[in-house]
Amino acid sequence: MGFVDATSTLINPRARRRRLLRKRFLRRPLAIVGLIVALTFITCAIFAPVIAPYSASATDFNALLAHSSRHHLLGTDELGRDVLSRILWGARASIEAGVFSTLLAMTVAVPIGIIAGYYRGWVDAVIARVTDVLLAFPFLIVAVGLAAILGPSLKNATIALGIGAAPALIRVARGEALALREEDYVRAAVANGASDLRILTRHVFPNMLSTLIVQATVAIPAAIIGEAVLSFLGLGVQPPTPSWGVMLADAQSYLSQAPRLAVYPGVAIFLCSLSFNLLGDGLRDILDPRTTR
Amino acid sequence: MSLLEVEGLSVRFDTDDGPVHAVDQLSFTLADGEVLGVVGESGCGKSVSFMSLLRLLPETASVSGAARFDGIDLLASSNARLRTIRGRRIAFVFQEPMTSLNPAFKVGNQIGEVLRRHLSLSRGDARRRTIELLDLVRIPSPERRVDEYPHQLSGGMRQRVMIAMALACDPKILIADEPTTALDVTIQAGILDLMRDIRERLGTAIVLITHNLGVVADVADRVLVMYAGRKVEEAPVHDLFARPQHPYTVGLLGAVPRPGSGRLQEIPGRVPSLVELPTACAFAPRCPRADQLSHSQVPELREIEPRHLVACFHPGPDAEAA
Repeated sequence: MGFVDATSTLINPRARRRRLLRKRFLRRPLAIVGLIVALTFITCAIFAPVIAPYSASATDFNALLAHSSRHHLLGTDELGRDVLSRILWGARASIEAGVFSTLLAMTVAVPIGIIAGYYRGWVDAVIARVTDVLLAFPFLIVAVGLAAILGPSLKNATIALGIGAAPALIRVARGEALALREEDYVRAAVANGASDLRILTRHVFPNMLSTLIVQATVAIPAAIIGEAVLSFLGLGVQPPTPSWGVMLADAQSYLSQAPRLAVYPGVAIFLCSLSFNLLGDGLRDILDPRTTR
Repeated sequence: MSLLEVEGLSVRFDTDDGPVHAVDQLSFTLADGEVLGVVGESGCGKSVSFMSLLRLLPETASVSGAARFDGIDLLASSNARLRTIRGRRIAFVFQEPMTSLNPAFKVGNQIGEVLRRHLSLSRGDARRRTIELLDLVRIPSPERRVDEYPHQLSGGMRQRVMIAMALACDPKILIADEPTTALDVTIQAGILDLMRDIRERLGTAIVLITHNLGVVADVADRVLVMYAGRKVEEAPVHDLFARPQHPYTVGLLGAVPRPGSGRLQEIPGRVPSLVELPTACAFAPRCPRADQLSHSQVPELREIEPRHLVACFHPGPDAEAA
């Protein structure tokens, strides 16, 4: 079709826009740090079997509650399990719960929110009021309640966290749809004979994507903390499978002898959720042209 | 036979302050290949009446009357039926070219979408036809522009894209709602030129909604002047400019800037509220010719000369005549 030459990359609009976004991103050091740390955690989660020096459940009875050493970089717990390895394996549960529960929340919430915001009328009134009622319960209370009903496992904890996060996302999607339905291009699409489904999928949804991406980077750390809470309470990952929440719960009994057992998973939770939050702030700034600095 | 025949069209909005009668008993016809100019101040119901024909108004609007297009009554048609007419047989061009294109997609895809939906063209055919259309609306290097996003085009170009999209399925009627208002003057001229060209080459009937009489003089065959939701005058363009009858039209013509004519005339007063149906001539409070009669009765439309209708008790071309 078109011709290709040396200047085409300079003119190519997509490449230019991408370069512009990259430039704006690179100007935000905190966002870069967030991205790097988040990617590190994700890599650890994926490659835990390769990176971790020991298996998560391997016990070393010669080193119970050991301090950091050449053999065990972060020491061992009361059963002689390597803390570093358990943190690396534990990243799996956290990232899995964070990412999948957010995806679940999005798939549930976005269509509902779009329908409420686009059609308005009684459908909207019902959805909005139900959402308001659900939002009156704190996120973690809902998640704990649901996880208790579903039974303890990582899968159920993920589902509980996803459903718990949905009401807030419904509200966001609804608000966006309410604003987008008034856009001239939506009106123009109606005037051109587009069906409702087409308008929602082609005109409304794509234009709320950047907002949803930012929401996701807020929902993921909330879910990571949520998973830790559920596992801590025994409603999530079940021992001996490692999870940061399980490690915190186990560390409780040894808090006076080995407080480091609580500190390491705590730091992991803190860094992991902070990194996603920083990334989200950065993305919000670069994707929203109004905040250009 | 006329292509579009509208009879007794009324549009009412139910608001918190009570019903607003945006359009009241509007009747007109549009012939094949004709350019009809619709003129009036903001809020006189000109856009609303045409949007109501394709049911593009919010749900608070109730529409009554009849609109026959090609053997069917638009106002009584189902939504599914209307979807096959919107964009296919009657197309709209809106006022705001800057915001009427979806920023998330290439302009080519947006035009192609209309083609593929209404004419079931394949992806490749749609693309070829899109390039032809961009060329038709005189966008330079259409092969390149087809792959650009709306934010890369200027306002004039975007309006051309909107026109290309409206023309995509070769509609019988093109309704252009203030297509040039948001553009600067030189670009306006280009768009109007394009409209004339389209009518000549494709034989599309065009409804040109505007508050700019200069635009109407340029392209329209026939003019419909609206005031406060009613038609106050209708005439072939030459008759209207040579012998305007309604004092409102006379006032509008006085407000068109002409070189060397000194200070522009204004029409005193403001557009009336449309909350109550009028019991007198709606223009009477602003009218130099208004008398007892104007304040007590609604003037009916009457034919002053062939094809020249006016709703006024004291018609006449001269502002001083009254």
